[in-house]
Amino acid sequence: METLVMILTVFVLAIFIGFEIITKVPPTLHTPLMSGSNAISGITIIGAVVLAGEIGNPMLAKTLAMVAVIFATINVVGGFLVTDRMLKMFKKKG
Amino acid sequence: MLSMNLVNYSYLIAAVLFILGLKGLTHPRSAVRGNRLAALAMLIATVVTLLSGDFEFKYIIIGIAVGTIIGVVAAMKVKMTSMPEMVGLFNGFGGGASVLVAGAALISAMALAAGHEANTQMKVATVASGIIGSITFFGSYVAFGKLAEFLAVKWKLHLWQKIIKYGFSLAVIAGGIWFGIASGITPYSIGMMASAVLIGLVLWIKNARFPGMDALKIVAAILAVGLGVMVVLNPGNSMLFWTMVGVAGLLGVLLTLSIGGADMPVVIALLNSYSGLAAAATGFVINNNVLIIAGSLVGASGVILTKIMCKAMNRSLVNVLFGVMGPTSDTPDADEVYKTVKSTSADEIAMMLDTAQRVVIVPGYGMAVSQAQHAVRDLANLLESRGVSVEFAIHPVAGRMPGHMNVLLAEANVDYDKLIEMDHINPTMETVDVAIVIGANDVVNPVAKTDPGSPIAGMPIIDVDKARTVVIIKRSLSPGFAGIPNPLFAAEKTLMFFNDGKKAILELIEAIKES
Repeated sequence: METLVMILTVFVLAIFIGFEIITKVPPTLHTPLMSGSNAISGITIIGAVVLAGEIGNPMLAKTLAMVAVIFATINVVGGFLVTDRMLKMFKKKG
Repeated sequence: MLSMNLVNYSYLIAAVLFILGLKGLTHPRSAVRGNRLAALAMLIATVVTLLSGDFEFKYIIIGIAVGTIIGVVAAMKVKMTSMPEMVGLFNGFGGGASVLVAGAALISAMALAAGHEANTQMKVATVASGIIGSITFFGSYVAFGKLAEFLAVKWKLHLWQKIIKYGFSLAVIAGGIWFGIASGITPYSIGMMASAVLIGLVLWIKNARFPGMDALKIVAAILAVGLGVMVVLNPGNSMLFWTMVGVAGLLGVLLTLSIGGADMPVVIALLNSYSGLAAAATGFVINNNVLIIAGSLVGASGVILTKIMCKAMNRSLVNVLFGVMGPTSDTPDADEVYKTVKSTSADEIAMMLDTAQRVVIVPGYGMAVSQAQHAVRDLANLLESRGVSVEFAIHPVAGRMPGHMNVLLAEANVDYDKLIEMDHINPTMETVDVAIVIGANDVVNPVAKTDPGSPIAGMPIIDVDKARTVVIIKRSLSPGFAGIPNPLFAAEKTLMFFNDGKKAILELIEAIKES
């Protein structure tokens, strides 16, 4: 149960940090914020790779995890790239 | 193989980089670096994870390779006007990944833990991840389909739209039935198959709403939670989990399907928040801090954006999700309101702009549809070269996602300093000589302030009605999303220029150059 308390603490504090930082994002950057944070939600990829690669995992679990790796990678790679494309347009023109 | 300590320290570094990355997004100057820091954090977390144990790399490599190719192609090809669809779609993949990880974790825990059962935390988190992830996945698909205009529409679809629409429906039905039969017929597998068939059928229909829809939403919500409790009590039966995922998916479809175009910014923000929460829940499943931190950052960001969007429409979230927006019985008749509408030409507007000192351009979804952003930029530059001050007034819900107009204008090289938020430009609207509204309607409808009975009552608007002259570029007098006439169009100082957004601006540029 002690780990639960610890990770709950992390969860709650992280939410507060999130609120604090994101309230400061100006409306101009709301779309890149969405697509960038969206890419961050692809962090599930690390759960997916563990389950896809764990030796001795049942075949069904591995297959599902492999599809999860595909999904999460699309989310991560596509999300960060498209955000980068957008943000480059926001650079101040001289 | 790395030691567990080293792995955890690396996760800590990744978490810090995620936070610094998001912090970078608070200013356009630091935003590119911020995004790259977050990407670096992701890379560190992934590489460290791959080095943390003895893995069989076959499936991992296939998965990453396929995902990278699809992700790169999609990100490079997408047009800026289609950004809302793209974000919706990527979001769905994130949600889908969370469901699958939770399901795989459940199966493997049951297989590996022969004897000692999984603990309560893992079971509850698996359920949360399954429900939220499934709502996100199916909800995002519907949002994507509605934004790409192939779901819940009555007109004829292009071939690619048909392939996606019917292909996805059939895949859900066939996949559900195959998985159900392969796992053996039990009451639960029948429930799972039934929900897959229902999802497929609902996605097939051409209406956004049907009788009994709200009741079905409530039934699905109760069923999903009920099944969730059963999964916690009886985690050994993985079919229970998949039935819950199916029912939650149906809920995601129903919740998103009935939402109208102008409410899309809220829904996209909400789904974004869900995808973060699903990732955080997955973190609780596998006891991983970096998942929890990254997931909750995203969850928080989605919640804030949802709140901002709701506030910008003066509606509650419940109203957006369940309410119907439309004309009420005392909505004035459009013909009556539009009796005094004056139509104008490019030459006439050019003449007015010739003597103007301050011009404000108010873009709406119509600018995105007609891809007019580059032409609008040319117009602004031309006016500025003649000594006119030009600004853009941006309503928070203009377009189909938060910040949609800003991205389009940034693509067209408009300096972000020129994009003024509604609250900042409204107090000075009186000094504006000409306000040019391009493809916006409800967000400039003064009825929001004058008629407490109107469906948009109380919604903050851009006060173009206070400008000296108003030019509205619009294809027709058709109503906006709220379905009510806009008395601004018929006001004494308003001139209507009926035309496609891009064509209108191009004609206007010609006319100014000739004058």
